[in-house]
Amino acid sequence: MEIDTGNTAWLLLSSALVLLMTPGLALFYGGLNRSKGVLNMMLMSFSAIGLISILWALYGFSLAFSANGSEGLNNIIGNFGYAGTSTSWVGEMWGETGIPTYVFMAFQMMFAIITVALISGAVSDRFKFGGWVLFALGWFTLVYVPVAHWVWGGGFIGAQIKALDFAGGTAVHINAGAAALALALILGKRIGWPRENMRPHNVPFVALGAGILWFGWFGFNAGSELTVDSTTAVAFVNTQLATAAAVVGWLVVEWIRDRKPTLVGGSSGAIAGLVAITPACGFIAPLPAVLLGLIAGVLCALAVGLKYRFGYDDSLDVVGVHFVGGWIGSLFIGLFATTQVNGAITDVLGASEGLFYGGGATQLGRQFVGSLVVTVYSFAIAAVLALILKAVKLGRVSEEAEVGGIDISDHGESGYDLTPAGGAGGGSAFAMAGIKPSASVDADGKADTSQKVAG
Amino acid sequence: MKLVTAVIKPYQLDAVKEALHALGVTGLTVSEVQGYGRQKGHTEVYRGAEYTVEFLPKIKVEVVTDEIDVEKIVDAVVTAAKTGKIGDGKVWVTSVDDVIRVRTGERGLDAL
Repeated sequence: MEIDTGNTAWLLLSSALVLLMTPGLALFYGGLNRSKGVLNMMLMSFSAIGLISILWALYGFSLAFSANGSEGLNNIIGNFGYAGTSTSWVGEMWGETGIPTYVFMAFQMMFAIITVALISGAVSDRFKFGGWVLFALGWFTLVYVPVAHWVWGGGFIGAQIKALDFAGGTAVHINAGAAALALALILGKRIGWPRENMRPHNVPFVALGAGILWFGWFGFNAGSELTVDSTTAVAFVNTQLATAAAVVGWLVVEWIRDRKPTLVGGSSGAIAGLVAITPACGFIAPLPAVLLGLIAGVLCALAVGLKYRFGYDDSLDVVGVHFVGGWIGSLFIGLFATTQVNGAITDVLGASEGLFYGGGATQLGRQFVGSLVVTVYSFAIAAVLALILKAVKLGRVSEEAEVGGIDISDHGESGYDLTPAGGAGGGSAFAMAGIKPSASVDADGKADTSQKVAG
Repeated sequence: MKLVTAVIKPYQLDAVKEALHALGVTGLTVSEVQGYGRQKGHTEVYRGAEYTVEFLPKIKVEVVTDEIDVEKIVDAVVTAAKTGKIGDGKVWVTSVDDVIRVRTGERGLDAL
């Protein structure tokens, strides 16, 4: 098969867009965190880029997306046929898409990276960094790779159960959310939670991160069609509409419940909408996508409060946003999937249309079973990994380190130096009043004018 | 000599500085401080979780002055810092025994 330059160009761009989501997530999570753990929080995302990229090339892509010879075994896992990104791929296209295998591998790599990074939001300020790296390695190998195979690579969820997942509702969001819940439960609460003030330290970071995630998500969702056709277009439009509706939904909840709509709420609503539309974006029509977004915005806004009721410290609401949002989107496929949007639902994927398009409850049941399988599996393996790490003392940092800040204890750096006396950085009120601190002199007697504040 | 200390709203610093400058005050010390009076902080809500922010950011302005100028300085600060809303701050006056200029060793009023 010849290369299709249009499809390839779009997927290369989509891959870069999806990669950008992870630094976006780092900002989103970093801003929601307290300042003493902001760097650790952001590094958990960046370390996932480093670690998972390599593991994906070495064996992840192969095990997830190659077809195993025996059909029974192929329901569970692929083989090592594609391991190591062989040079024999030069000139090879992925299936009938007309895109080089290298490009498809790279696109899927970005999904693996962000899925691992998503989990980190549940364990801020307290998970030893070494423990996190080992957890990421173990969970990626034992959970992400097989689940990606089950859902997209020819495994039993896609091929036997016939549950649909266009861009990662089950494989990414339910998967990461269930793992996050297990980790939060086993690692335990942050010291002082929920009594102490743990409010977000940088709300503009949160909004900037959400904006970058939203931008990148077009590659995540519309890229998942792999080719450029009318389904790509619908997926793109649905992504925008559902997300917009979820922003509105979350803000309305806050306006009624707390009497004040917030930027953290609007940003969180956007993420909830993006998560929820992900599995359904290529299967449903735009108006149901608006409804989906509204429901996700409202329900996720309510769901983030559950941790206070049940007493688990899912620090940055991975469960309330990704797990709950992923479930909503996955079930929505069973209600609104239609061949009017995507003929492949019945022709290629062998699934049924949704309840409201004459398909009965069949597909709804399949979506439920597929989502449940991923929930149980991811939760169980994540729990086992967390218990092992805890047993070998790679779970929580010491109490002293946690109170002092994990940035200092595990990384030896701090996000901000806001001490005007003798240090870098100046006070905002000084700048506001137009006062210019005069040049200070350092130990060598050299004038340091770097901290002058513009009036 | 007297020390006039004022704890004011951050946004009023510019006005206070201008008012003191107009009086011919040659120097002042400014620090960022936190605290509360009758205002008692405020609440913020993030994702439905309510946090009480008890200590509010304030600016502390300190001026050492000749006793004769104290009332004028206090009046200038109060007028400039006043918004009429809760949380405008406080001004208090304390006695200062001596002042020494580090550069020259001058003492008392000469050092001001």
